[in-house]
Amino acid sequence: MHKIDPTRTDLIEEFDSNPGGPHSLELAVVVNLLRLIPMEERIIIVCTKRHAEWTLAKMPKARGDRMEYYEDMVFDDYYAAVRKVFRIRWQAATGVELG
Amino acid sequence: MKKVIGYSSAWSVMPGDMLDVMVSTYGPDRYRANLVRVICGNDVPDLDIYREEEIPAPFAGEHPGREQITIAGSYVTIPSNPLMTGLGSFTVQAWVFPTTPEKGTQGLVSNWDEVGTCGFALVLDDDGAAAMRLGDGSGGIVEATTGKPLAKRRWHLVSAAYDAEAGTICVSQDFIGPQFEVSTSASTTVSVGFTPAMASAQPLIMAAMPATHPAGRPAASQPFNGKLDRPRLVGRALSLTDSAALGWDALPHERDRSVIAAWDFSREIGSTRIMDASPNGLHGQAVNLPSRAVKGFNWSGHEQNWRCAPQEYGAIHFHDDDLYDAEWDTDFTYEVPVDLRSGVYAVHLVADDDEWYVTFYVRPKRGTATAKIAFLASTATYMAYSNIQWTWHEHFGEVAECYWTTMEPGEVFLQEHPEYGLSTYDNHSDGSGVRYASRLRPVHQVGPKTAPVWNINNDTHILGWFEEKGIAYDVITDEDLHKEGAALLAPYSAVVTGAHPEYYTTPMWDGLKTYLARGGRMAYLGGNGFIWRCAMSDALPGVIELRRAEDGIRYRDEEPGEYYMEFNGEYGGLWRRLGTSPQALCGVGTVAVGFDVSGYYVRKEASFDARAEFIFEGIGDSEVIGDFGYFAGGASGTEIDAVDFELGTPPHTLVLASSEGHSAKTMIVPDEIGLNHSAMGGDQNPKVRADMTFFETPGGGAVFSVGSIAWPGSLPHNGYDNNVSRICENVLRRFVDNTPFTMPKG
Ligand SMILES: [Fe+2]
Repeated sequence: MHKIDPTRTDLIEEFDSNPGGPHSLELAVVVNLLRLIPMEERIIIVCTKRHAEWTLAKMPKARGDRMEYYEDMVFDDYYAAVRKVFRIRWQAATGVELG
Repeated sequence: MKKVIGYSSAWSVMPGDMLDVMVSTYGPDRYRANLVRVICGNDVPDLDIYREEEIPAPFAGEHPGREQITIAGSYVTIPSNPLMTGLGSFTVQAWVFPTTPEKGTQGLVSNWDEVGTCGFALVLDDDGAAAMRLGDGSGGIVEATTGKPLAKRRWHLVSAAYDAEAGTICVSQDFIGPQFEVSTSASTTVSVGFTPAMASAQPLIMAAMPATHPAGRPAASQPFNGKLDRPRLVGRALSLTDSAALGWDALPHERDRSVIAAWDFSREIGSTRIMDASPNGLHGQAVNLPSRAVKGFNWSGHEQNWRCAPQEYGAIHFHDDDLYDAEWDTDFTYEVPVDLRSGVYAVHLVADDDEWYVTFYVRPKRGTATAKIAFLASTATYMAYSNIQWTWHEHFGEVAECYWTTMEPGEVFLQEHPEYGLSTYDNHSDGSGVRYASRLRPVHQVGPKTAPVWNINNDTHILGWFEEKGIAYDVITDEDLHKEGAALLAPYSAVVTGAHPEYYTTPMWDGLKTYLARGGRMAYLGGNGFIWRCAMSDALPGVIELRRAEDGIRYRDEEPGEYYMEFNGEYGGLWRRLGTSPQALCGVGTVAVGFDVSGYYVRKEASFDARAEFIFEGIGDSEVIGDFGYFAGGASGTEIDAVDFELGTPPHTLVLASSEGHSAKTMIVPDEIGLNHSAMGGDQNPKVRADMTFFETPGGGAVFSVGSIAWPGSLPHNGYDNNVSRICENVLRRFVDNTPFTMPKG
């Protein structure tokens, strides 16, 4: 299994510059790994105002659970939310804090 | 966040029909309603293609709003009968296959009256153990439990016997699971200490407990997940040995006069009727579409078709999230005016800052057409997808969709309200696959302004294009085609499909095929079409059944031994595994799926054939087609189809263009491979492509196919002035000319 190399911050830069893809093969693998972390650890995006506002939230644990939002992580640009999700999951996967 | 939602009694209506509209608000006590004709539903602001037209309607204006409650969960209800309410000594039993024994108390067979503390309740208790409850009629209750949880997904005979003389209840569970597993058999006898009050006014409920809906009608609570088989009621206390013998006996009512009821779920499969085989005829109804035609406790594996061995398919699988009809009260009824033009319409509901569209389809009067072109709305597919939640339930959801889980407000609502049920892409809360999807409930994603842009909302790119080009069209639906077959299509020169006509019943398939053979024309402007056989039922309008047998892109494995559908006994699965194929119907069939990058079409040799000249009028010889569009920037994407002459593409089919530019993450579908290999993606595999095709039929008809769900998303590009639009226009201008097409010579 691939492991994310936390020193490869160039991949973060690549992601930030083109979050919608397509990505290089190396980044594509990292993106897949970050999309496969355990469900209960995932931070996700919720569209809180159509076409206007996206708020990060925890992946709900059980069906029927209320959404838990991160009220300090609200974006008016979808890809800004995507970049934040990528960074949060990268940190969670590598254990290395990003500045 | 959602403050208003609704649904309607029908999706397809014709002038003169009455349409009931049901609305619920969450918070606001008023809402506004008006009628709109949907022209293009994609409301991404930068595109500026959203169009709706307000239509005067008598219901337009303010209405009082209130919350309407929905209770999910399937169960069986048997009307109360003196034979049940006058019981002395008795035994109640059923074969039980629990799928979530850990869930908390779940009703098995019960007419328990909570208020009157009377009747009886055979349940799985909080620990998942078999338990029996009796009451004294004035608040006193005794509950006998085996204390041992039933094994998950294993059959047990669960029995409870009340012996009036001894004043005891004996409750037992007999495990008949695999021989290598620890038995969970157990029994216990407790004394009751009072004379049980049996005169419950409640119906007998199986797979739940009797309850009353907040609106006052009978309902059920504490739903059971799992299968029940052969529930029985006997008017004496059976010993454990006699009880086991009765459980195995197929016809106990013929031998034992004390048998009050012997329900046989293998009778009347395909209906909601529940039959008592005993002479007492204590028949009832199944509610909320539990799964029938499922393997019983005695399934031997010798027969896969329930019709050939119904005695081994005597179980019903109940789920706590099954829902057929939400049964809301009607807010208003709309009489479709005789002069309302055919089209896609919606009741637009607004409460505070929230809105919802109740979308419906107005067809012309039966047997008539008001245009030369019929747009065939893929309502079977819309139903299949309705309330889909797979991506946030499934570990591999994000890597399948190539995205970071992003939930729309409507999806958050579904997450927080599981009572609105699931789609045929989902798994029930007990992990079993969902087989039924109903439109008689609020359904997300079937209307304008929904995201992701899919199904009807993607199809409205085609409607918007019709309007822009001044092409007259009628709207008809899958449900109409299912009921009326080729006669529905006969008045039309051409049929235009939506972007994703994935699910077809046999009558739909036959109707379309007959129409084309008799000179009809079809423009298949989509992808992943004509893939799965599904079923509809006259007895249960507004719902499709699906069994994803064998292979294909399926979101679960279908249960072995249950590949035959309940509604009509047909074998489910992919049409290509049933002796025909989408390629035989329209030239192309699904080869690949991918969501990160879309491709574009490049003209092939055959596009210069004189037979295809009309299609490419105004298109340059080396012009790239569709390297633009809403879906990841190209006309070939998401789900794409190609020719396969061995699978049935007619030999004279012209492959006009093929797509290029697909990514590694656009991969060959399971239907197309016998084994995984190391060249699955569109970056390496030449089979990953969409083919644009054309062929004539001997009856003077013709079929044009693009084989891509992304195609309609390219139509609006550059103010609808582009080569995708041009090709469609070229095709339809010729298709509405009734001059017969002729078959090529040779
Ligand atoms: Fe599909």
